[in-house]
Amino acid sequence: MSDKAKSIVSKKTSGQDERLKEVSKLRLLLNRPELGAVGGAILVFIFFGIVAGDTGMFSAYGTLNFLDVSANLGIIAIAAAMLMIGGEFDLSIGSMIGFAGICIAIPAIYWGWPLWVSIIFAFAMAVLVGYFNGILVVKTGLPSFIVTLAMLFILRGATLAITRLITGRTQVPGLRVLIENDPIAWMFATDTFKWLFTWLGSMNLIALRTDGTPLATGIPPSVIWFIAATLFATWILMKTRYGNWIFASGGDKNGATNVGVPVGRVKISLFIGTAVAATIFATIQVLDAGSADTMRGNLKELEAIAAAVVGGCLLTGGYGSAIGAAFGALIFGTVSMGIFYTDVDTDWFKVFLGAMMLIAVVFNNFIRKRVTESK
Amino acid sequence: MSENLIEFNNISKFFGKVIALKDVTMKLKKGEIMCLLGDNGAGKSTLIKTLAGVHKPDEGEIVIEGNKTVFDSPKDALDMGIGTVYQDLALVPLMSVTRNFFMGREPLKGLPFLKTFDIEKANQIAAERMGQIGIDVRDPSQAVGTMSGGERQCLAISRAIYFGAKVLVLDEPTSALGVHQASMVLKYVVKAASEGLAVILITHNVHHAYPVGNSFTVLNRGKSLGTFNKKDISREELLGMMAGGEELDKLEVELKEMNRINN
Repeated sequence: MSDKAKSIVSKKTSGQDERLKEVSKLRLLLNRPELGAVGGAILVFIFFGIVAGDTGMFSAYGTLNFLDVSANLGIIAIAAAMLMIGGEFDLSIGSMIGFAGICIAIPAIYWGWPLWVSIIFAFAMAVLVGYFNGILVVKTGLPSFIVTLAMLFILRGATLAITRLITGRTQVPGLRVLIENDPIAWMFATDTFKWLFTWLGSMNLIALRTDGTPLATGIPPSVIWFIAATLFATWILMKTRYGNWIFASGGDKNGATNVGVPVGRVKISLFIGTAVAATIFATIQVLDAGSADTMRGNLKELEAIAAAVVGGCLLTGGYGSAIGAAFGALIFGTVSMGIFYTDVDTDWFKVFLGAMMLIAVVFNNFIRKRVTESK
Repeated sequence: MSENLIEFNNISKFFGKVIALKDVTMKLKKGEIMCLLGDNGAGKSTLIKTLAGVHKPDEGEIVIEGNKTVFDSPKDALDMGIGTVYQDLALVPLMSVTRNFFMGREPLKGLPFLKTFDIEKANQIAAERMGQIGIDVRDPSQAVGTMSGGERQCLAISRAIYFGAKVLVLDEPTSALGVHQASMVLKYVVKAASEGLAVILITHNVHHAYPVGNSFTVLNRGKSLGTFNKKDISREELLGMMAGGEELDKLEVELKEMNRINN
């Protein structure tokens, strides 16, 4: 660092009084995209802590239950958030979940493929679908909203038609027996930290079944994937060159192109990301349920976008965070499960979901104004 | 080696039947600021894009440091040291100063196959560079959207210089700015030239161009009306030479006429 810059830096760190510094720290925090979602999650936990604190919602079993729901949503919400930061939408996430499900089930059950080959096949199809979405958006310049809306119908329709053509039904059961000894399936189907729950059970710290085994048997795979996805996405966004390109592509496509960011490639890769996340979601659910259903994942794309928006992503791109989307998903998962523990009719869940989104959008808009127009 | 850093010899550019540029010649030395003046439609944009490697000239040659050069792409022009700052600046308001400064050219660190964005180094360089211009970035992670128009312009220029520009091409750097902001940008341009860069300043504002320019090239309807040294031409003559000058004269006459009728 040159002497001049040094003097500026030292002036900055020493010259100001404490009060000013504290304000700027608060400002810094206020300008973080995930602030709203983290605050919202805290409020939600306080609310259910008061309303449903003694109902078993926060027992080990209850906690894992709402964490599992949050985690499943979170996996796709994080990918949707990254795509939104990159300036695009993917409305075909939900249909991709259904499609990926039968891509696993039909080869495994009807064609006799080993389960792990079917899973790899599903991921390969996801890459293809994502690539196709991306290349269509990039090459035609059409809004991704329209292109992926078309893909929403195409994929769901194809899923239904192909499944009925091959199986004569709309569901493909019988996968559970194939999971055992499969070299890949365990990654999507195994509860972890079982020893911890067994130990907690033996100490009588968590609820037990009548046979003495703990009610909550381990951390579900969705939660592990969710945490891994959050960390991975955050690392990409904050710490890599590719992350900077994502922000740049969504923030100003022309500007980014002019300074040499490969905007097209970045966007295509993000579409592949959402399709792959949908396939992770599908694999976990299909292996958990032991069957694939052509309607699986219906409307999940909207929940994923809602979680990303609550998490601070701007609809116009260029701003947002993976941690925010993770907390957005946590809010939705917690409320959707928690509402069963209260006296509130579960019909009200969607009202809450919509209201939450509206508040988030208004709040985000305010934040963006602060960030871009504070002078 | 020629003493000119960059020469444009008899450059012509046609789009179909339209003659966008015809026989334009410009020569620049190190440390020189040349102002390219012209009204809308005079061919300024075409000339910038030819300089930046977006268009290839149909006739004529570009000579850099004595070597004849052909730009096949904007990247070629960049590699040869032509740093173009477009009017839209290629800055993303929602991204931080640092992330904008290094957009597309991020410094990396770490293992060969697991390189990460060296954000500490980037912050340090960005703060240092902005400090040299006299802009105290309180925090290089603050969004560019919080900066003033002049500061943004300076950031874009500073970025072009940092990434190796020898010839700076500035497209209307002061057009959207107030007097104070514009003078801040122009001061920085003079400083950059005094450090050995050649600057091509494109503008239609003679009042901004005249104080900083060493020479002036006036474009009118795709043709150069010539390059003039500062000592050989006055501000009014320059203004008159741009198409706008005649128009303004006419306007003045018309206004007088209106006044006469009203009275």
